[in-house]
Amino acid sequence: MSVVDHNAIELSPRISEADVADYIALLKPRVMSLVIFTALVGLVLAPGHFHPVLAFTSILCIAVGAGASGALNMWYESDIDAKMTRTANRPIPRGRVTRPEALTFGMTLAFFSVMTLGILVNWFAGGLLAFTIFFYVVIYTMALKRWTAQNIVIGGAAGALPPVVAWAAATGSLSIEPLLLFLIIFFWTPPHFWALALFRSDDYARAGVPMLPVVAGPDATRLQILLYTLVLVAVAFAPWPLGYFDAVYGVTSLVLGGVMLALAINVYRRREGSEALRATRKLFAFSILYLFGLFATLLLEVVAHAVAPSIW
Amino acid sequence: MAGKQEPNGIVLTEAQKKSRRQRSIAIALALGVLVVLFFAVTIVKGPAVLVRPM
Repeated sequence: MSVVDHNAIELSPRISEADVADYIALLKPRVMSLVIFTALVGLVLAPGHFHPVLAFTSILCIAVGAGASGALNMWYESDIDAKMTRTANRPIPRGRVTRPEALTFGMTLAFFSVMTLGILVNWFAGGLLAFTIFFYVVIYTMALKRWTAQNIVIGGAAGALPPVVAWAAATGSLSIEPLLLFLIIFFWTPPHFWALALFRSDDYARAGVPMLPVVAGPDATRLQILLYTLVLVAVAFAPWPLGYFDAVYGVTSLVLGGVMLALAINVYRRREGSEALRATRKLFAFSILYLFGLFATLLLEVVAHAVAPSIW
Repeated sequence: MAGKQEPNGIVLTEAQKKSRRQRSIAIALALGVLVVLFFAVTIVKGPAVLVRPM
């Protein structure tokens, strides 16, 4: 005798219609592209010969690890993503991908990226990549983001680690240069994200995320943006006089830093109406160009050294 | 979204079949890349493939 009457149960399993684009969206491709770029710079700056196949493997693993972090972040934050205009179109809030699917996807990618980097390149880099994913998902997403207004300051360390992982992949060790790259991204993160938070503060308030403008107000945030920009410009310039990076980098850093600082001062001074909004958006947009410009200069310097060492 | 329940089991809609096929191809490609990667690194490293510095 059957205990369960199958005729009485309406089985309606959910069958996914999620396509590849939905899963690519889970990887946060725009963040991933910045991770790939900064990691590439960490890799090419590293001394010694590194076989192109191993270099490609390293960058691929770091990129997939970053994507895994993005998927796990979306898995955990689907409730607040649904409340925010900026994130409401992500695959989970839209109902394209379920939370368990995103969790499985993220964990699988995290496992394979760390193991592949460890087995094929070296375990120091693999361990650092595992730590980066852990830091972003557990420390930033689960612990800090909903708890403190300093969330992105501390959490910014995760975004700053990719060039360090890449350097570790190439050399099997660490040095001052990757730590300088780490510090540049680390101090770049607060002004970048607080500028975004200033013009998205309603979004964050609705979702209950204690971003600085929501907790301390826009004026306190403007002051913090200015202070962090001052530190950022100094930190980004320091490697030249300290002898780690060349003059071309130093001059680029000065010029870009000057513009960044001017925009941060503009944000600090213009506090009302559409002018304030425009100033914040300008700073946010330029901050991306600033980081890209600094790292692109380092990349070009290395390429120029390799192509024409005597001229350079 | 859910497949239609039939006496003989669940019959997938065309959209579900198409997305499942897309996902299957993507998984196959990813596995293919992984195999090629391990093969290429084995060739590049030669006997040193067994040496894994910390």
